[in-house]
Amino acid sequence: MKKKNIKELEEISKKIRCGILETMEIGKKSHLGGSMSSADLVTALYFYKMKHDPKNPDDPERDRFIFSKGHSVLTQYAALAECGYFPKSILKTTKTLGSILQGHPEIRTPGIEANTGSLGQGLSIGLGMAIGAKLDHRNYKVYVILGDGELAEGQIWEAATTASFYKLDNLIAIVDYNKLQAVGFLKKRYDLGDIRGRFAIFGWKTFEINGHDMQEILQALDSVDEVKGAPSVIIAHTTKGKGVSFAENNPAFHNAPLTKEQVERAKADICNS
Amino acid sequence: MKQKENLREAYGKELLKCAKKNNRIIALDADLCGSTMSVYTEKEIPERFFEMGIAEQNMTSTAAGLALVGKIPFVHSFAVFAAGQAYNQIRQGIALPKLNVKIIGSSGGLSDFGDGATHQSVEDISIMRAIPNMVVIVPVDAVETRKVVRAVIKYNGPVYIRITRNDLVNVTNEEDPFEIGKIFKVAEGNDITVFACGIMVSQALEARKTLLEMGISARVVNVSTIKPLDMENVKKFAKDVRGVITAEENNIIGGLGGAISEALSEELIKIKKVGINDEFGQSANCYEDLINYYGLTPETIVNAAKSLLN
Repeated sequence: MKKKNIKELEEISKKIRCGILETMEIGKKSHLGGSMSSADLVTALYFYKMKHDPKNPDDPERDRFIFSKGHSVLTQYAALAECGYFPKSILKTTKTLGSILQGHPEIRTPGIEANTGSLGQGLSIGLGMAIGAKLDHRNYKVYVILGDGELAEGQIWEAATTASFYKLDNLIAIVDYNKLQAVGFLKKRYDLGDIRGRFAIFGWKTFEINGHDMQEILQALDSVDEVKGAPSVIIAHTTKGKGVSFAENNPAFHNAPLTKEQVERAKADICNS
Repeated sequence: MKQKENLREAYGKELLKCAKKNNRIIALDADLCGSTMSVYTEKEIPERFFEMGIAEQNMTSTAAGLALVGKIPFVHSFAVFAAGQAYNQIRQGIALPKLNVKIIGSSGGLSDFGDGATHQSVEDISIMRAIPNMVVIVPVDAVETRKVVRAVIKYNGPVYIRITRNDLVNVTNEEDPFEIGKIFKVAEGNDITVFACGIMVSQALEARKTLLEMGISARVVNVSTIKPLDMENVKKFAKDVRGVITAEENNIIGGLGGAISEALSEELIKIKKVGINDEFGQSANCYEDLINYYGLTPETIVNAAKSLLN
């Protein structure tokens, strides 16, 4: 797809955020907070960085994106629909019986590359894809968005060790560092300490950015291309619920039902941002 | 008595043979390649062998990623770790999307006799069988092990294979057929049918000799594919006899005994389950000590047959 400029990308991320709201049926619990916090990152991947073609979704050379924090898949659904992987009209079927848009990512959905949801597994799946690329002498890259709370999973660090050991410079992790896990602030409930330092000790090349500043996101994604012989991680500082005033930094909206009025207010917030 | 042959040796050598012909095959191991025998592939095709460290969860999800880009990964560990340590990685990452990953549960059952309960799998068959989309195979001998390796490469989907670490009697011949999802009669009889897997097939054949002397004729069926179960033939082999025995080196809950009982639950037939009676293993000086202690013997099968027919 044709690369977009920053202004265009910022407009698309608004559409993605509105798309997230489309997936949320009034009064039904949905993972709003983490979907909104990752919206700018996902926008940059699908509309700027990644080599992919909705008309040829099986192209072996395509870049891969795995949403390891699978509960935020609403963002990916909105982005895939915006790209044209499936009609926008089906966003409203999300999490309903028989829909291809399940509560967590499944490969039966066009554009979804791996099944995730039980946390901690996505980086390892990306690792397998990255090894596959090296074996096949293909140039595609594998991008994995991790939740910050998800970093408590031991498997992440197994994958971090292995990716570094095998020098997988085609594997890029992006941490949606919104500082909140499901029930509260990480700092208070389960402090993970120096996340960037941890990855550095595991042999990763690290970057740290504002995950809502499109220019910083694009720069980081481009800088990663220069890294050779090691995997990279982008620690993206984000705000949970970003763009929806009443949900920002509010753990109550990790997975919450919205009223009709709240949806209207959320849409107005996003459009006015 | 036919000759004994080592199953993990047979497995490792066949994997190498197949990997030489098919470059989609990748071997992953978690520091047990010398036991699982994936070491043969490592030695000859190092570029398609990956040491994944003692980190089974990552190894299993990595295999999912490899399958998603067209590879045929074989994941190796001991059965307890392959099925237990990485259960949810198998469930979510492999079985749910029905990925082409082969999980090798080596040193299965009580076969790692010295290491004790932590290293002996008494429930791996039950666990794997409960996961939708999963194929579960317990090769009966080295001859069948080689056929299983070739068959699972042709099959596009997740498979769990339990391999014992010891020598077992060859009960099948090179020319005998093997097909995923089919059970095979290894001896005919018309009073009872013994559905067995793994080492228990040869134990059942021994029991059959004793039973014949007592005037009881036992059919022995090798159920190497526990799932999907060959329902048609299970029913057929149970129809013309007076009782059914299941025999397995696994917990009698949820394994082969569970599968056969479920399959025959609408039939009016008595079933006796021979296996590990809902308990863990323990260390022993040799495999035979455990086989005897847990009653995985021809005598137990003979007694089960007698009580069925009384």
